[in-house]
Amino acid sequence: MVMHIIDRRLNPGGKSLENRQRFLRRAKALVQGAVKKTSQDRDIKDVLEGGEVSIPLDGMDEPRFRREGGTRDMVLPGNKKFIEGDILPRSGDGSGRKSGPGQGDSEDAFRFVLSKEEFVNLFLDDLELPDLAKRKFAEAESEGLVRAGYSTSGSPANISISRTVTRALARRVALRRPRPEALAELEDKIAQETDEDKKAALVAELEALRAKAKRIPFIDPIDIRYRRFEAVPKPIAQAVMFCLMDVSGSMSEHMKDLAKRFYMLLYVFLTRRYRHVEIVFIRHTDRAEEVDEQTFFYGPASGGTLVSSALQCMHDIVRSRFRPSDWNIYAAQASDGDNATSDSENVARLLTDNILPVSQFFAYLEVGESGTYSFEMPDSALWSLYERLRANGQPLSMRKVRDRSEIFPVFHDLFQRRGTTQERAAS
Amino acid sequence: MSGLLFEGADWNFLTLQRIHDACETVAQKELGLDTYPNQIEVITAEQMLDAYSSVGMPLFYKHWSFGKHFAYHEASYRKGLMGLAYEIVINSSPCISYLMEENTATMQTLVIAHAAFGHNHFFKNNYLFKQWTDADGILDYLDFARGYIAQCEERFGRMSVEHTLDAAHALMSHGVDRYPGKKKLDFREEEKRAGKRRLYEEEQFNDLWRTVPTGPAKTSAVLNVERRRALLGLPQENLLYFLEKSAPRLAPWQRELLRIVRHIAQYFYPQGQTKVMNEGTATYVHYRIMKRLHEEGRLTDGNFLEFLQSHTNVVFQPEFDDPRFSGFNPYALGFAIMQDIERIVKDPTEEDREWFPDIAGTGDEMAVLRDVWANYRDESFISQFLSPNLIRHFRLFHLHDDPAERAGILVDAIHDERGYRRIRRELSKQYDVGYIDPNIEVVDVDLAGDRRLMLRHTVVKGAQLNETDTKRVLQHLADLWSYDVQLTEVDAATDKMLKEYVLNPRIQPAAA
Repeated sequence: MVMHIIDRRLNPGGKSLENRQRFLRRAKALVQGAVKKTSQDRDIKDVLEGGEVSIPLDGMDEPRFRREGGTRDMVLPGNKKFIEGDILPRSGDGSGRKSGPGQGDSEDAFRFVLSKEEFVNLFLDDLELPDLAKRKFAEAESEGLVRAGYSTSGSPANISISRTVTRALARRVALRRPRPEALAELEDKIAQETDEDKKAALVAELEALRAKAKRIPFIDPIDIRYRRFEAVPKPIAQAVMFCLMDVSGSMSEHMKDLAKRFYMLLYVFLTRRYRHVEIVFIRHTDRAEEVDEQTFFYGPASGGTLVSSALQCMHDIVRSRFRPSDWNIYAAQASDGDNATSDSENVARLLTDNILPVSQFFAYLEVGESGTYSFEMPDSALWSLYERLRANGQPLSMRKVRDRSEIFPVFHDLFQRRGTTQERAAS
Repeated sequence: MSGLLFEGADWNFLTLQRIHDACETVAQKELGLDTYPNQIEVITAEQMLDAYSSVGMPLFYKHWSFGKHFAYHEASYRKGLMGLAYEIVINSSPCISYLMEENTATMQTLVIAHAAFGHNHFFKNNYLFKQWTDADGILDYLDFARGYIAQCEERFGRMSVEHTLDAAHALMSHGVDRYPGKKKLDFREEEKRAGKRRLYEEEQFNDLWRTVPTGPAKTSAVLNVERRRALLGLPQENLLYFLEKSAPRLAPWQRELLRIVRHIAQYFYPQGQTKVMNEGTATYVHYRIMKRLHEEGRLTDGNFLEFLQSHTNVVFQPEFDDPRFSGFNPYALGFAIMQDIERIVKDPTEEDREWFPDIAGTGDEMAVLRDVWANYRDESFISQFLSPNLIRHFRLFHLHDDPAERAGILVDAIHDERGYRRIRRELSKQYDVGYIDPNIEVVDVDLAGDRRLMLRHTVVKGAQLNETDTKRVLQHLADLWSYDVQLTEVDAATDKMLKEYVLNPRIQPAAA
């Protein structure tokens, strides 16, 4: 008998992908809740690693007619000491299992593993760039060229040869231009023809055909077609994210950790929106410097606090490296709120005149020691200053954070989709 | 024809071919098996997981529940909670066996002998499969189903298709015909009879002759009930069939979806009834083939030991008080009974001659086994061939658990002269589909009134339906039927009503 062996190993994988996506779509609300819950007990770095989540089976069950209770008869293997007529206590060693396989209630939670991609998508799904950013986003566009069919005029560099030749061929066929082969054949006939009358007729025919071939050109200017391009606005696909942090002595490790978590979230969020995201780390005491990530979070530094120095530094970097027309600029500032009183004027001026007009989004995160409650803390110098700017209509976002677990809610709050907020308010 | 098939654990496609040919020789010459042509496909673990989630079939329509199963299997596989099967075999012609690429050469030999010959022979010859499944057509049908459902999603929206499939899946276990032919014939007969009766009534009817007011309304009502039930083919236990044919407000595509789910349920119906036999056959066949290959010197002793080890794992039956116990292992039970049959045929004791006069000592065990494989299902197989010898070997005992009995659970029978027959009867009942699935039928439709669909669950031995699940299933049923659905649970012995469910469809039908 003929037997076939087929190697299926190279077949494209992911056959179950679509079913899996359907399942996730159906369980979206549940999975999202689970993802948020899972992410709270994890390190930020691991948050985006994907992993196992557990959702309640509610709404995801597949009900069947099942029976339960009643008198049961079972035949079991492995009798050791029972004889007919024995009565076994219902819960005890000798009675074996009370329920057979598959009879018990199905498990109340369903556990499965999400891939990194799925996890991040669900994690950030209901977040969106704020309105402020959107307005700017629409303005900050560049022109791009896109193919848009053919035209009858254009630059010679754009001639579409295949299109032109096709049209010429069609025209020649339609007008019955004699083919070179036909002419050659006729010439052969004339050469072989002996009868003078017939020969003359053939020659006349040949002349007529030649004249026709001359009248109908091989390629006519009306055949020529040019590739047409249209300019379309293209959104800028790159963003730069400025991380500003106060590293003066008053900032504890805990506060830096909070800030770091927030930056990571912002980074992940931006990478999902933009093809290319750059990060600039600026730390400041009473003077600011651009540093690498390691130094930013862990490098020792001490000194007073001048927030304006960091803003000035950011402004300089923007001017020298990131043209606002080419880059979407995001900035997040973390500080414990201390600032020299004399610096307030400078800060306000820099923000209003230089930073905010070019930024898509500017967030200020005031970090504090855990264990204190936000409402217990008096407003800091910086907080009051920003509050005042905000009251004047400056597009600033600001939040206070004390504890790790607040980071995500705060982030979520800042970027929450407008529609969702309204829905919630309505419901 | 001689020499080692392979050495060590490595294999390639030539090895597989050699293994297949060697197995085939033994299977045909020695065991006399009759199989579909084989198609062997080598797959990866990921592809095996894919196959798991679509009930082992290579192609299937899309539905979220398969994604859920996939996610579940994947999670437990990744955590190491679950190993994957060595193979999956599909009842089709050609018979497709999926082999995992990780298997060693010995495992591939075992798996080819097991699936490509054992299961294959069973699929081709067992009467249930012959009756219910169309091995040639199943893959084409699945392909059609997938295409049709995708088309429906495009035309009628994914959500509405999903709702219909959800409902159909919930009723899948009650979407099979349990009696071949009879049902269809019955239905046609009923229809014909109904037509005849109508004709007769029309002939007899003459309003001029009516001189008195019509008789008591009750008589005509009773007549109507009978006629209606006959017309609708009631009582009907195939709920999906009934809905497909009689649900008043379903769109044609929805009926087709129900039909697809019903056909697939029907295709799998024999597999549920022949688990013990199917696995027993495959295990018996692979055992015979492997033993013969070793005797012929085509397997090394080392490879044979590797085989014996996994074979022993496969046919391991934990005892009831073992933490690993989770019911009978179909491989163990089936294999044990078949080996026992071989013993009875070849070397019977006095007891065997008394219990199995037809086969004891006839000498040709393959003829007997082939006959068994062709003509039995689990329930009849056990009730015929579970011998006292095996009952003693497994030390089987029967427990009777009556919740009303306060004292505890009664040991009703053990492996002694008084108990053999009772144990055999009880064990075979455990494999009887008639007992496994709740007996639910459509009994009537209130056509004159609110079009309520009436179902009846005949409660056997006091086992009622789980309330949460039943409500959910009935909700799906009501959505398909579009009018109220009522389910009454009636005790089989006393005819007493135990419980009643009434569910309304979620979308109220427009006034019609």
